[in-house]
Amino acid sequence: MANSSLANAQIESARIVAANRRTDLLMASIGILVLGIATLLLTSVFVGLLASGWDRLINPDFYTHFPSRHPQQAGIISAIVGSSLVMLVTAVIAIPLGVAAGLYLEEYAPKNWLTDLIEINVSNLAGVPSIIYGLLALGLFVYAFSLGETILTAGLTLALLILPVIIVATREAVRSIPLELREAAYGLGADKWQVVRMYVLPAARPGIFTGVIVGLARAIGEAAPLITIGALTFIAFLPPLPVQATPPFVNFDWLTSPFTVMPIQLFNWVSRPQAEFHVNAAATGVVLMVMTLAMNALAIYVRLRLRRLHR
Amino acid sequence: MRNSTKTRVKLLMNEMTSSPHPFGATRQRQDAQPEPVSAPALRAEVRNLDFWYGATHTLKSVSMAVVDCKVTAVIGASGCGKSTLLRCFNRMHDLYPGNRYAGEIQLYPEDRNLIEMDPGMVRLRIGMVFQKPNPFPKSIFENVAAGLRVRGVNGKSLLYERVEQALRGAALWDEAKDRLHDSAYGLSGGQQQRLCIARALAPQPDILLLDEPTSALDPIATAKIEDLLTVLRNTVTVVIVTHNMQQAARISDFTAYMHLGKLVEYGVTEKVFTTPQSPLTNDYITGRFG
Ligand SMILES: Nc1ncnc2c1ncn2[C@@H]1O[C@H](COP(=O)(O)OP(=O)(O)OP(=O)(O)O)[C@@H](O)[C@H]1O
Ligand SMILES: [Mg+2]
Repeated sequence: MANSSLANAQIESARIVAANRRTDLLMASIGILVLGIATLLLTSVFVGLLASGWDRLINPDFYTHFPSRHPQQAGIISAIVGSSLVMLVTAVIAIPLGVAAGLYLEEYAPKNWLTDLIEINVSNLAGVPSIIYGLLALGLFVYAFSLGETILTAGLTLALLILPVIIVATREAVRSIPLELREAAYGLGADKWQVVRMYVLPAARPGIFTGVIVGLARAIGEAAPLITIGALTFIAFLPPLPVQATPPFVNFDWLTSPFTVMPIQLFNWVSRPQAEFHVNAAATGVVLMVMTLAMNALAIYVRLRLRRLHR
Repeated sequence: MRNSTKTRVKLLMNEMTSSPHPFGATRQRQDAQPEPVSAPALRAEVRNLDFWYGATHTLKSVSMAVVDCKVTAVIGASGCGKSTLLRCFNRMHDLYPGNRYAGEIQLYPEDRNLIEMDPGMVRLRIGMVFQKPNPFPKSIFENVAAGLRVRGVNGKSLLYERVEQALRGAALWDEAKDRLHDSAYGLSGGQQQRLCIARALAPQPDILLLDEPTSALDPIATAKIEDLLTVLRNTVTVVIVTHNMQQAARISDFTAYMHLGKLVEYGVTEKVFTTPQSPLTNDYITGRFG
């Protein structure tokens, strides 16, 4: 009797183990399949662009020339510089603002209906179509503040666009810090700012960083809101240099310069009837993707480094 | 000032065996004669403390003493409010909305009610060690130095000196001295708990609160921490919550027994364990209940 129940128990547990194995296997297969499809799509797009744009990509002139009516001479220097400067403005505005807002909402704001309302709104803003931000920026920055169709306006617009992403990421990262660590810090007599500065921010940094990169990667690919605020599609000069020979040696004239960015340049070339321009467009696509991937790679690298320092 | 405190403790200890309420006599301290006998001084005194988690009345008119440089144990069944009481001492409850105190925890020698002080000020003076070891994700050194840094101590040599002192105090120095700059997460659970004790000791708190510091540890690590507390008992005032009655009997000088949010018995440990006044205490320590 006892023996047979023991045997039964063994058979039963063997059955459970086998069932668990099957479920694991199934989940793993589905995962690999989905991952495979996603990677395949991305790679085929990339390879496709690479193949079509190859002739221009290997030509150094492509990177140093301004756009031109002759596809063979057209380059993306103004778009590369434009994108870089706009991203710089976006990052300088959106990162401190977004992180501070997220920290405030999570750490300092009283927990009441107003905070809840703000939270819901911020999450929703992350999903608002980017062209709406373009309209807002056109009314606010271009007309109301008379900032013109400038790098500054573009940076502000994209900063608005990615602010919700950074705020949400910051809140998530801050919220995921274990209660015990907070209590340990408060228990030592730390005040709120000390807890935030010494414990919360360092621990939340990897999560915040991820949010920042996701946001910036989104911003660098945006054309619609910038077209709405009146970005140029054809530009044959660079913004003024930020450094000068006379004191104060730096200037911010570049902020008020007209500009174009990579996605707009790409869009412009795609919509031309001549097939040669399509080659340029494909090549621009490759450069844009490389820029995005490089940003992600940087994010991963920094995150790993931070984690190593932190642990 | 100090004298009248001593008087009260003396009275309190005389009274404790006879009165079901441990503070039956403390209210009439003006009438009391000065006592030349070396009665211990009070570090803190809880008087009619009530506490609410939102609408839940969790501590009901708790009164007890915390004697200077002695170990006070708080025992009682799970859920009776031991942690809640302990966390009143360093105002941990203030971190969460909706919590409410009423009553007094008088701090000595300055005779101020810590419930009315700034929570940050209170925590600067009263350190805490939690049930689960909770080192920061930093180096061992930085963990111990954390409380000092919070107080604005940044001088390297002073930090080193105090860190070493605290680690020695927590009996962790020999194990940690060669890896001060390695992550604290590389330590074992028992070592991590001693690290947390060192972290709490480094700023030299007036009172050290420990909430079941050994409940997650094996018997050897537990024994180390108990030894440590016996060594500390003459230099630091300790309040320790424990589930383990043998532990309370071994290491504490005074014991408080709690039952359903009330403090049922408080007195010298030996007396509480040998001749408890309340039948509830008796049931609990004889294992008929709890
Ligand atoms: N944050 C909280 N909010 C509401 N009620 C709580 C909270 N924390 C504890 N309680 C309740 O308060 C009572 C006392 O809890 P407390 O943690 O002080 O018990 P304890 O004596 O420390 O128990 P244990 O020995 O299990 O740790 C319990 O009934 C518990 O459910
Ligand atoms: Mg507890």
